[in-house]
Amino acid sequence: MTGEWNPGDDVVAVQRVPTPSVAGSAYRTFGETLRGLKTTFARWIDGPQTIQYPEEKVPVYPRFRGRHRLHRFQDTGLEKCVGCSLCAAACPADCIRVVAAENTPEHRVSAGERYAAVYEINMSRCIFCGYCEVACPFDAITMGHDYELSDYNRSDLIFTKEMMLADALERTPLRREGE
Amino acid sequence: MTTPPVALVGYFEPWWIQIIKGIIIFAVALQLVPIVLIAERKILGRMQHRYGPNRVGPFGFAQPLADIVKLLTKEQFRPTTSVGFLFAFAPVISILTAVAAFAVIPFGDRQSIFGTKVGLYGVDLSIGPLYLFAFGAVAFYGLMLGGWSSGSKYSFLGAMRAAAQLISYEVSQGLALVGVVMTSQTLSLVGIVNAQKGMWYIVPQACGFLIFLVAGFAETNRAPFDLTEADAELVGGYNTEYGGGRFASYYFAEYLNVLVVSGITTTIFLGGWHIPGNPYIPGWIDPFIVLAKMSLITFFFIWVRATLPRLRYDQLMSFGWKVLLPLATLNALVTAIVVTASH
Repeated sequence: MTGEWNPGDDVVAVQRVPTPSVAGSAYRTFGETLRGLKTTFARWIDGPQTIQYPEEKVPVYPRFRGRHRLHRFQDTGLEKCVGCSLCAAACPADCIRVVAAENTPEHRVSAGERYAAVYEINMSRCIFCGYCEVACPFDAITMGHDYELSDYNRSDLIFTKEMMLADALERTPLRREGE
Repeated sequence: MTTPPVALVGYFEPWWIQIIKGIIIFAVALQLVPIVLIAERKILGRMQHRYGPNRVGPFGFAQPLADIVKLLTKEQFRPTTSVGFLFAFAPVISILTAVAAFAVIPFGDRQSIFGTKVGLYGVDLSIGPLYLFAFGAVAFYGLMLGGWSSGSKYSFLGAMRAAAQLISYEVSQGLALVGVVMTSQTLSLVGIVNAQKGMWYIVPQACGFLIFLVAGFAETNRAPFDLTEADAELVGGYNTEYGGGRFASYYFAEYLNVLVVSGITTTIFLGGWHIPGNPYIPGWIDPFIVLAKMSLITFFFIWVRATLPRLRYDQLMSFGWKVLLPLATLNALVTAIVVTASH
């Protein structure tokens, strides 16, 4: 074990540029500074890339997972949800609460045997994973496109069945083809 | 006419004209600073692919107003370790010296206004550049005392850096001006401007101009020489402990210093109110020509801030003493030889 330490055959020495002369370094300083100035000025000509959020919004993709929506049958107007609680079972954040009740001939809410008397989603817990949508056997719940969900009060973030059954909020633009 | 006690003044005016001019200069300076503030934020934004402030007022132009109102209505507090009266007095020094330096920048030659001959400058001293450097040196007490009297590590480090930086670069800045003074054979700033009627000093004194500009960046503690307030390492440098109106004063002084350096550069190297070809222009346009040239230099200051990263402390020092000072000395020497030879 004599001589210099051998780092191994696969090690390649770093190629370094030669140390510049005085004139060379002066040229490099000025040249690079001017190049930098050109770069920043070109950014100005490019124009701002800002999306001014409250006025302009980032368009969402069709499969964007935003606020949930519950659906009705278009022809009969009956709710699709039959209160099976599969969504609540699938929910990893445990934010869905379903209380089912029996449909009666006088009081028919859904197409099935039972309906969801209470259907609540706690939006402060929801992680927008979309498992409820996957679990639903009747496509009664889907993920909408709205992502503006902030509120002043936690209790206001517990969304009820009526809120999710209402017409979808069109607050966020949908991304068009090729956008 | 008796000899003035301190310095020979080129042209005497009645005391009431001096007072009016003083008020006008202060008012103009006060108006220019918010414009520079918003311009800097807007231009920096554009150079970083953003808009900059655009919410307050039309296109965000009321933003400086909102900022100033916010700062002035804030509580004045100071650390228990600070030295009270110096802590309060230091921003005043900063602002005072900046405005005082503004007084000698000539915005135009003597004009006849309502039958009275009035020079469009605060005062035409026979020691113009010396006056500027004197106030530049005093200005550093504003930073130094502010940093030291805060009783805080960061402020102290910032103040120490400011001291070293200002002392190092003032030498090169002064030497860069010596060339101009030798060529024009006068120390009066109005005289220097008038000597540039044929050719601006930026052409024969290009080296001096570059040195002066670089030293000007250091003198005003602007990027890339803003080690004094290096936010990443020193929180805010000398003004770390300042808030409210006192901080506003420092901020005001900083931008006023940028304007002053722009004004001096315009006066000494860019021919003041002269424009190439010397067409006839009415006298009242002169201040606007000077302001236009000043805004070009100020824009360059902002542009450089958007471009260059901050220097390391040792780089700053070695650049000042090993590059700028020899260059400035050489420039003065060569100019001296040329001036002597041509006479």
